[in-house]
Amino acid sequence: MTRDIPTSIDDTVALLRGQDYVCGRDLGTVAFLALKLRRPLFLEGEAGVGKTEIAKAIAAALGRRLIRLQCYEGLDAASAIYEWNFSAQMIAIRTAEATHTADRKALRDELFTDEYLIRRPLLEALEPHPEGPPVLLIDEVDRTDEPFEAFLLEALSDFQVTIPEIGTIRAEEPPVVILTSNRTREVHDALKRRCLYHWVDYPDFDTEVAILRARIPDCADDLSREVVAFVTRLRSEDLFKKPGVAETIDWAQCLIALDALTLSPELVSSTLGALLKYQDDIARIAGSEAARILEEARRGLAA
Amino acid sequence: MASPPEPKIAPGGRLAENVTHFVHALRRAGVKVGTSQLHNALQAVRVAGFTQREDFYWVLRATLITRPEHFETFHQLFRMFWRTPDYIEKMMEIMLPVLQTMSADKGPPKAAERRAQEALAQDRPDRDTVPAQERQSLELDASLSWSRAEQIRSKDFEQMTADEITTAAAAIRRLVLPAPPLRTRRTVSAPQGRRPDVGRMLRRSMRKGGEVERLLLRRPGTRPPALVVLCDVSGSMSVYSRIMMHFLHALTWTPNSGWSRVHAFTFGTRLTNVTRALAHKDVDQALAVLGREVADWEGGTRIGAALRSFNRDWSRRVLGQGAVVMLITDGLERGDLGELDREAERLSLSCRRLIWLNPLLRWDAFEARAGGIRTLLPHVDSFRACHSLDSIADLTRALATDRGMQPVR
Repeated sequence: MTRDIPTSIDDTVALLRGQDYVCGRDLGTVAFLALKLRRPLFLEGEAGVGKTEIAKAIAAALGRRLIRLQCYEGLDAASAIYEWNFSAQMIAIRTAEATHTADRKALRDELFTDEYLIRRPLLEALEPHPEGPPVLLIDEVDRTDEPFEAFLLEALSDFQVTIPEIGTIRAEEPPVVILTSNRTREVHDALKRRCLYHWVDYPDFDTEVAILRARIPDCADDLSREVVAFVTRLRSEDLFKKPGVAETIDWAQCLIALDALTLSPELVSSTLGALLKYQDDIARIAGSEAARILEEARRGLAA
Repeated sequence: MASPPEPKIAPGGRLAENVTHFVHALRRAGVKVGTSQLHNALQAVRVAGFTQREDFYWVLRATLITRPEHFETFHQLFRMFWRTPDYIEKMMEIMLPVLQTMSADKGPPKAAERRAQEALAQDRPDRDTVPAQERQSLELDASLSWSRAEQIRSKDFEQMTADEITTAAAAIRRLVLPAPPLRTRRTVSAPQGRRPDVGRMLRRSMRKGGEVERLLLRRPGTRPPALVVLCDVSGSMSVYSRIMMHFLHALTWTPNSGWSRVHAFTFGTRLTNVTRALAHKDVDQALAVLGREVADWEGGTRIGAALRSFNRDWSRRVLGQGAVVMLITDGLERGDLGELDREAERLSLSCRRLIWLNPLLRWDAFEARAGGIRTLLPHVDSFRACHSLDSIADLTRALATDRGMQPVR
């Protein structure tokens, strides 16, 4: 099922809501602008606040294909844009030699054609797709090194890539591009400036309850409110790594698996591993601290 | 879904003009906004079709701001600017004093300017009128100052006069700090490699009519590492930290220094990121900005707390890609030793190499007696002195041969 891009900000928020992705008006606005202006969207924020999920939600809502480029240290053009199928080319040369049909010009024309081109995500995203331009997710762009960002500049500003042997390949319709970064280093301004920038923050209480309800429909109302109140309180503690929305969802699932109807300090302490991922943080919170935070969260709920 | 409301912006309206004014105001407040971003903003404003007042805010923020630290400036400016959009001129008047305090470049101590004036003033007596004899004595003076530089090489920075410090700072700017190259997964062509370079072989054979004549190889390439410096600026360290700032500024600005990025932090009672201050090319201006940003010069020191806030707020952002950390402190901790131990351990585990520079090491009979020093020592990879020009030169030599600083194979 494909559909056209949303026509207003409200429409965008509703569309994402239909995919169980609950977002605030700020994120809805930039998502709408990215679709409308056909500009890349650069999302930065802590781990687990739903940066990658929004790409999946947009792709699913519009019925487009999702093409994902996971970045890593040392990622190069050959694995991100395109590569020639060298072994197939070698075989073609050998065959031509063996059959004595090796005409230099003809061989060259044959070897550097579509047939021997291996498409990597960036090139794939620029080609026409029957269901409309795809959603290109360039995930964790901060994990690559700076030279790789330079590859992205051409692809993202003009939606084209240049292959010396063939020429420039240009997208007829630019894909929806979403870049995410965990900010493990600063991404260069030249890349950010070609994009719409948005800092994805932790959601507020009501939004997070809505997210939990959308993601885990069988989570009881009272429990989900308690869970979110506890996590919100926990985020204001002095922690090395604050729990994200993904951790809240994980934790709620753990609690449901344990058939919990309400939180208790013992239950919190024994399932803390779903929320906190550093031993220092767990040691700090487990036990009496957990009881105190739970108490405060309950008082906040009652008020 | 109902059809979206039509943009309520008349083509000849003043909105474009006002947005442009707003961008100018942002720039004056120290936020770098390019012309292309302004163009995007105008385009975005035209298509967004607002239904709520706050939409306008998000549209402008998404198109104009690329760094979270600028959000607050944007927020304040937006609030002031669009409250009474009819009276832009009036607004500008109200805004000006605020902008001046917000801007980092404004204010009286403009070091570069003053130096330029001094330079002009010195130039006034015409050179050609200086008698030959006087010129000779000037040369003599120059050689004297050279030998003076030799004399102060081994002198402790703390015992230097202001003049000598200036000479030392100039000398320190010429030192290089060798950077250990990091191996990457990306490969480069090399005569002695391990993997075949099929692409190059094929292109070569195409030129020779399909004949593969020899094996071409690739091996993993290297890239420069990042350097993170944590410098103690408490009272006991003040002379050394000032001198080290010259060193850091030189490292930041030396082309081909071998380091990819230099991040600098100062700490006394609180941690301050001074990387942006060091990014001013003029050293005097950089130090002037730095002096204004760092509020705790020559105060007390809590190393453990400073490391803790570094670990929590910055380590994930700057230590990501194999950074080397240089910790410059005397190790005289006034805070909790248990905290120092925990945080130093975390720091040393999350960076590639932790180098400790300690000016106290100047005494030959130095013993690690102070509690802070004893706590820090087990966690560092390298412990060096930094009290004189000679000791810093030694440091750069030692790093060049340090096994831990060699590329990992």
